[in-house]
Amino acid sequence: MAETNEPAQAKPAVKKPAGAKKELPEHLKAYKHVWVFIEYEHGEIHPVSLELLGEGRKLAGALDVELGAVLVGGNRGALGIAAQSCFEHGADVAYIAADPVLEHYRNDPYTKALSDLVNLYKPEVLLLGATTLGRDLAGSVATTLLTGLTADCTALAIDSERSLAATRPTFGGSLLCTIHTLNYRPQMATIRPRVMSMPEAVPGRSGRIVEHTLGMVEEDIVTKVLRFLPDRDSNKAQLAYADIVVAGGLGLKSEENYQLVKALAQVLGAEYGGSRPLAQKGWIAADRQIGQTGKTIRPKLYIAAGISGAIQHRVGVESADLIVAINTDPNAPIFDFAHVGIVADAIELLPALTRTFRQHLSVNRCAS
Amino acid sequence: MHIVVCIKQVPDSAQIRVHPVTNTIMRQGVPTIINPFDLFALEEALALRDRFGGEVTVLTMGPAMAEDALRKALTFGADRAVLLTDRFFAGSDTLATTYALATAIRKIGDSWGPVDIVFTGKQTIDGDTAQVGPGIARRLGLNQLTYVARLAELVPEEGKIVVERRAEGGVQELSSRLPVLITMVEGTNEIRRGSINDALRAARADVQRWTAAEAGVTDITLCGLRGSPTVVKSVFAPSPRAEKAQQIPVTDRSIDEIAAAVMGDIFARLPAIEAELLRQAAGY
Repeated sequence: MAETNEPAQAKPAVKKPAGAKKELPEHLKAYKHVWVFIEYEHGEIHPVSLELLGEGRKLAGALDVELGAVLVGGNRGALGIAAQSCFEHGADVAYIAADPVLEHYRNDPYTKALSDLVNLYKPEVLLLGATTLGRDLAGSVATTLLTGLTADCTALAIDSERSLAATRPTFGGSLLCTIHTLNYRPQMATIRPRVMSMPEAVPGRSGRIVEHTLGMVEEDIVTKVLRFLPDRDSNKAQLAYADIVVAGGLGLKSEENYQLVKALAQVLGAEYGGSRPLAQKGWIAADRQIGQTGKTIRPKLYIAAGISGAIQHRVGVESADLIVAINTDPNAPIFDFAHVGIVADAIELLPALTRTFRQHLSVNRCAS
Repeated sequence: MHIVVCIKQVPDSAQIRVHPVTNTIMRQGVPTIINPFDLFALEEALALRDRFGGEVTVLTMGPAMAEDALRKALTFGADRAVLLTDRFFAGSDTLATTYALATAIRKIGDSWGPVDIVFTGKQTIDGDTAQVGPGIARRLGLNQLTYVARLAELVPEEGKIVVERRAEGGVQELSSRLPVLITMVEGTNEIRRGSINDALRAARADVQRWTAAEAGVTDITLCGLRGSPTVVKSVFAPSPRAEKAQQIPVTDRSIDEIAAAVMGDIFARLPAIEAELLRQAAGY
């Protein structure tokens, strides 16, 4: 019953006072415009923030309001350059909070910066990437503002009453639900990387800059960043952005058989991953999990071997250009959204595919 | 040290089925478990108690049956269990949930001594929001340490704590000061088996059952559906793609013939991918 963005069992029995759409209270009518929090770390904008500017642009268009980008960091000059990139990706306004205490992400000063900006300029929609940073920050900011926050949305829309309809998987990813934040503003949502497509940059497009003073000194902040150790396995970060991905599921039957996925991935120069049960069993690392609660991918080619295709997996892969599914069960749900299906045992077909691709690529290399 | 661990009883996700016609969840017979991420939090708490002394209180909000999850936590060695259960909590979203839990944690501190650390799992496997930990921290003014992979240092008498936090693209080493809220990532430890004594104690133990009023809730409109800014407007199954997958024929074909057909089909649909792979194979 607790902790949901999902309908509790008890819900239908309870009267829903908030369910009926009422006129927005007077003090909330001042909330206008769509904002995206821009994740800016180590001198770079996280791609998810630009993806959200693309989506935010559409929402702002539907509402006929401005699109704002919130930039928080330690170096004003660097944030100015980042702001230009935000304008080129669709923002009309950049709200910049530059202060040495904001150099590295820390919950306290970032929560203050973003909450203060919201209270000052009152956006009606606030989007953040569902990264570790975005989720850490969004939970604090929504609680500070006492407003609604919907996690890991897979689709956003503006309904006929100008309110944000945020769709996300629910019940462990077995169904989808659409969530509204009625009578509270801003309407907040987090979205995972790669769920929304990257907008085309418009070089030279410009916008307005609004400066914001944080009003906090280092002595006010208890938590200190001692150091940052970048990941050694940089591949981990590339799964979401790979052109070809091969993944395995429980149909592989054993951890050893997962090697068959890796072998095919190697021949194709692809990234590899797996479904949620494989991560839960420990056959793959958690950051190789593909699906709503793992990585969302948008490759040109996705090969799913022995994956049944639960909704939580589907929403993480359905933006792939071509989905090829291998499963022994002709009724597996994955054949409902794959483009090409093969009713076969992945344990046999994967090695055959590896041989076939390897031979084709090496023969043609010799010929050329 | 007084440590509170927030846990949640969740359906075993591997066994959830959706009724194909009515689109409702078929919960009958689906076993419940302690949210797996919460077990990493619980083990970390128990290990700290064993090292520094003190007590571990486990807390959950849920229906009466959630007591099973608390009793399980007691068998692992938790000292005390509190079940927050009341019809006023029904339909809580994350904001309403953090109000109830934060209120109960205040009461736990008043009843059994100030709380130094609140632990949670990084998220639950049914809600998957990761919003409750940060919400509790904000409401109680605790220093917030999410996605913690390791406690590197703890000096309780100085209130000093150093953790390794899983951040984007690397690990952040953070120092902070008690009281803190920590959410734990997976794979950091393994829950202990629990001793025979703990099992016997758990069987006899009293799980504290608190209603909203008993937990110290003074404003019932902040709880449950009424206290939830988010509203679920609809629940639905995704519409299938207009056409089903085009099946590669498999009957009367060897596995290598099937593989060749699959490759041919892929390259016919994605000629650019074939060209790119050939270019890479040629070493350009």
